[in-house]
Amino acid sequence: MSIATMRRARLRKERVLVTPEGISLPVTVAGAGARLGALILDLLIILLLMIGTTLALAQIAGGAGEFVREAGGNGPGAKAMQFLMIVWIIIMFLFRNAYFLYFELGPRGATPGKRLAGIRIAARDGGRLTAEMVIARNLLRDIELFLPIPLIMMAGADSGMAWLAATGWFAIFMLFPLFNRDRLRAGDVIAGSWVLERPRRKLEAAMSLHGERAAGAAAQDTAAAEQSPLARRYRFEEAELAVYGEFELQSLERVLRDGREEAIETVYQTIAAKIGREDGWGDERRFLSDYYTQLRARLEAGMRMGRRKADKHSEG
Amino acid sequence: MNALSATPSTNAIELAALRSDRFRIEREADWQRLEAIVTRMEKGRLRRIPDEDLLALPGLYRTVASSLSIARETSLDAATLAYLEALVQRAWFVVYGPRSSLTEWLRGFLGGGWSAAVRGIWLDIVVALAVMVAGVVVGWLLVSHDPEWYFALMSREMAGPRVPGASPEALRATLFGDSKQEGMSVFAAKLFSNNAQVSILAFALGFAFGIPTLLLLVHNLALLGAMAWLYHGAGLLTDFAGWICVHGTTELFAILLAGAAGLHIGRAIAFPGERPILQASAEAGRRAALVMAGVVLMLVVAALLEGFARQLVDDTFGRFAIGGFMLAGWCAYFFAFGRGAGRRP
Repeated sequence: MSIATMRRARLRKERVLVTPEGISLPVTVAGAGARLGALILDLLIILLLMIGTTLALAQIAGGAGEFVREAGGNGPGAKAMQFLMIVWIIIMFLFRNAYFLYFELGPRGATPGKRLAGIRIAARDGGRLTAEMVIARNLLRDIELFLPIPLIMMAGADSGMAWLAATGWFAIFMLFPLFNRDRLRAGDVIAGSWVLERPRRKLEAAMSLHGERAAGAAAQDTAAAEQSPLARRYRFEEAELAVYGEFELQSLERVLRDGREEAIETVYQTIAAKIGREDGWGDERRFLSDYYTQLRARLEAGMRMGRRKADKHSEG
Repeated sequence: MNALSATPSTNAIELAALRSDRFRIEREADWQRLEAIVTRMEKGRLRRIPDEDLLALPGLYRTVASSLSIARETSLDAATLAYLEALVQRAWFVVYGPRSSLTEWLRGFLGGGWSAAVRGIWLDIVVALAVMVAGVVVGWLLVSHDPEWYFALMSREMAGPRVPGASPEALRATLFGDSKQEGMSVFAAKLFSNNAQVSILAFALGFAFGIPTLLLLVHNLALLGAMAWLYHGAGLLTDFAGWICVHGTTELFAILLAGAAGLHIGRAIAFPGERPILQASAEAGRRAALVMAGVVLMLVVAALLEGFARQLVDDTFGRFAIGGFMLAGWCAYFFAFGRGAGRRP
């Protein structure tokens, strides 16, 4: 997949969500692959938990069984067996119905599978994710998963129509998220929830501060910090800065952050040719970061006055 | 990550050339503190977060959100903007996440939320009740017309001695005299698990415009009608009614509510009215989910009644008394309790 296709695929999943404070936030809807992976992980975990508890209870029951035989069938041993049976029935019910509820009601809003896949649930309207939503979206799992899967297994491939019907049912609900923009599952439709990617981003140092900070640290004790030769080597005229807009500024920021020599070289050549300066030769990085800082200062000053320049083609 | 390292020195602020960078340096400490709290909450270490941090969280969230608004208008530092957007989103997840306290939710739920939700779907309850009554009548009529129908509704092993043509004594034995039986608690747990699954199914099937929900109700209640016919033939109808009544008023009520909840969703999807369909179904879904949480609770009560009370109370009058009391209790709770005071679901 080329970078362009990947970027387009990402764009298709971008949405804007408005918080109750009225702040619009860009969010990314979780893709079908991540959803499926999370589901498979969760089902595996549930299955392991079920097998584990069953084995553990059977172990205990084995001990109790001997006790029953010794006591002659109708003593405290039988009572213990009954109790274990009840515990087993209730635990199985809880694994099936409460596993998703328990985890999605927590502060993380995600089951272990979802957490590993880097996704979580949220309210579609930007408001609070309520317990009712989580309950509604998980009750629907019953017809999506837990009803058809045993049906398919029970019917078996050789019983024709029944198997076809169960598989069709299963397929309709499994493929449901693929047929709407927001990848909503039937349960999400009912609950008013959706599944989003969890963002994770470190605060990067500001580009325009690199030089100054280094200089400030080096010259902390000397009073001449401001006059440090490192502080600003290149000065650009108003006309030299007026050629570019916000789009170019952000491209320049990306290039500087990536720090790849050949990219810096190319961009330096382009900018130097455009504004007709050649004094940055051999010191391209310094030249570009000074240009970046001054271009940003100019554009931000414009912003404060209500003038914005989107790119090099627009006025301002 | 360390909040202390971000404390701005006046020197750094003075040295920053750009106003937007000065803005950033001044607020960085707040951002980093919020990020530290949010990260710890995301990792699930809720108990290790100091109280003052938890108290500061909503305020910090608003501060950072307003930082984002300002930055969008004044700063062209793409990395800072992206960081703030991600941080506000993460904090939004946490601040507007599910209520952390289950007891608080339970209090609201039992103290009016549940009964308000039940009242909110009254129309569906009426329809589901009509369908259930029709189901009983259909079952009765079918079996009285042709007793072979009995086995179409009920499998032979489940029927046991309760088959058409069984002697009144055999049928009477199925209603009374179980009080010495062992294993009632296992029976109750099984009943609960089974009934809860059926009612969740009835609810979930509402997604298909509610039609399968109605079919499921008819099928389950036709079985009851068929059994009623069977006991009527032996002159035991009142005793049978008592036998059902102990837990039935609770269990059938729960199934009624589950069916009505399913119908409520189906109706919202089929006829969303003025609202967009997604909004309509989400509103219906949330109200129905509240009802369903209560249905599971009712089924626990029903299973206890069926497993213990029915076996221990061995005469018809006592059974009617328990069943009638339960019915009156539920009705009073749903339709009289918390009116006005209950919060809107």
